[in-house]
Amino acid sequence: MTTVETYPTLAEAARAMGGDAVYLGGGTLVMRAVNEGGAAPRLLRVTDPALREIRASGDTIRLGAGVTMADVLAHRDLAFLHAVARLVGGPQVRNMATVAGNLFAAHPYGDFAAALLALGARALPEGQGSARGVEELLRDRDRAGLIAAIEVPRPRDPRAFGFRKVSRVKPKGVSVLSIAACLPRESGRIRGARVAFGAMGPTPLRAPGAERALEGQNLDAESIDRAAAAATEGLSPPTDEIATEWYRREVAGVHLRRLLTEMGAS
Amino acid sequence: MAKTPVNFTLNGSPRSAFAGPGQNLLDFLRREVGDLTPKFGCGQGTCGACTVTIDGATHLSCLVLAESVEGRAIGTAAGLPDGATLDPLQEAFMDHFAAQCGYCTPGMLVSARALLDANPRPSRDEVIEAISGNLCRCTGYEPIIAAILAVAEGRARA
Ligand SMILES: Cc1cc2nc3c(=O)[nH]c(=O)nc-3n(C[C@H](O)[C@H](O)[C@H](O)COP(=O)(O)OP(=O)(O)OC[C@H]3O[C@@H](n4cnc5c(N)ncnc54)[C@H](O)[C@@H]3O)c2cc1C
Repeated sequence: MTTVETYPTLAEAARAMGGDAVYLGGGTLVMRAVNEGGAAPRLLRVTDPALREIRASGDTIRLGAGVTMADVLAHRDLAFLHAVARLVGGPQVRNMATVAGNLFAAHPYGDFAAALLALGARALPEGQGSARGVEELLRDRDRAGLIAAIEVPRPRDPRAFGFRKVSRVKPKGVSVLSIAACLPRESGRIRGARVAFGAMGPTPLRAPGAERALEGQNLDAESIDRAAAAATEGLSPPTDEIATEWYRREVAGVHLRRLLTEMGAS
Repeated sequence: MAKTPVNFTLNGSPRSAFAGPGQNLLDFLRREVGDLTPKFGCGQGTCGACTVTIDGATHLSCLVLAESVEGRAIGTAAGLPDGATLDPLQEAFMDHFAAQCGYCTPGMLVSARALLDANPRPSRDEVIEAISGNLCRCTGYEPIIAAILAVAEGRARA
């Protein structure tokens, strides 16, 4: 049996968290589990409207944990994330799915989290703790605690960020994989390349081989070739009902090449 | 188990009912409130048959915790007709044979109405996008798209 506890603030919910409690964000995944009878006995929800706030200050945009994909799409300062948010689920899911929930979504979900990972976003925990990189959070999600907000660095040149989701059903299909790339350039050369895959592992993961192939290079046919060849280095993609490991390995480089070629042409 | 009182509006009328612990909005609307227009299809958010609006935005009622709609405005397909007068979308769905078994129809209508309220002249692509969270296993979608476009283009029977 599931019981529900409602708190006015995240801080109060954090104090009530314990072994048998689950935090309810937009609910698209938690309520599925409730409907299937597999949810934790205690659902904790928070009514604080501040969780839906979006604040832009300088180079950083702060997304409250409860900001939905539709909220992202409605915000002008977040144009660089529109192509990502638009590809999460269908319209109803986008009205419900939160940005923090996406960080905790199990494979093959987490398309938005892959973008956050490539952008070098940081998650602000509830309480006194300092912001942690999304990469670090994804490495140990079970012990992440409650997230209050996500800080997203805005790419100085919007063309430095690219995203691609590969799915069999369009629109609204689940990811075979998704790719996010953040490739800031200084006098033509890539400085601080970050490439992340969604659905290529248990959580969104960076692609170290591709990043190494791109770092310090021009985004040209040669570097793109090398990045595509190294795309799956260090990754062991899972087999699920959407695709096999073999298939994901085969197509990851192909799609990375298409994304990088698009980004190189812009 | 303790039940939680929930006050909200349904299609503009104030309503109150008790929600069970962990009860979803779909089950709540059907069992405790008596609005049978939202349908149970999958219970996983995949099919869209349970689509309702909350404060104007479409939601999958099977994935909404019933007690979270305290103070909110719920809209369902039951609210589309004005007395005996059907919504132009309902007329167009009939004219275009956009319903066969009819199970997806209430959810489809709610998504279509939300689209037209926000964007009265959508393109075909925008219509397809707007109903992409609603599965139909009978029509192949074309009659549904045609019906929605007919209303948008003012070609539907008034
Ligand atoms: C039909 C359908 C299609 C979907 N399509 C996609 C898709 O295309 N791409 C995609 O990425 N996902 C997809 N999803 C999965 C899901 O909707 C998203 O990943 C969504 O962002 C999850 O957010 P939520 O707020 O609904 O999470 P919830 O269900 O509320 O929570 C999910 C998990 O995150 C935890 N959590 C939530 N908020 C916090 C917080 N502030 N602090 C700590 N933990 C938190 C919860 O405790 C829970 O463990 C789909 C789901 C459905 C039902």
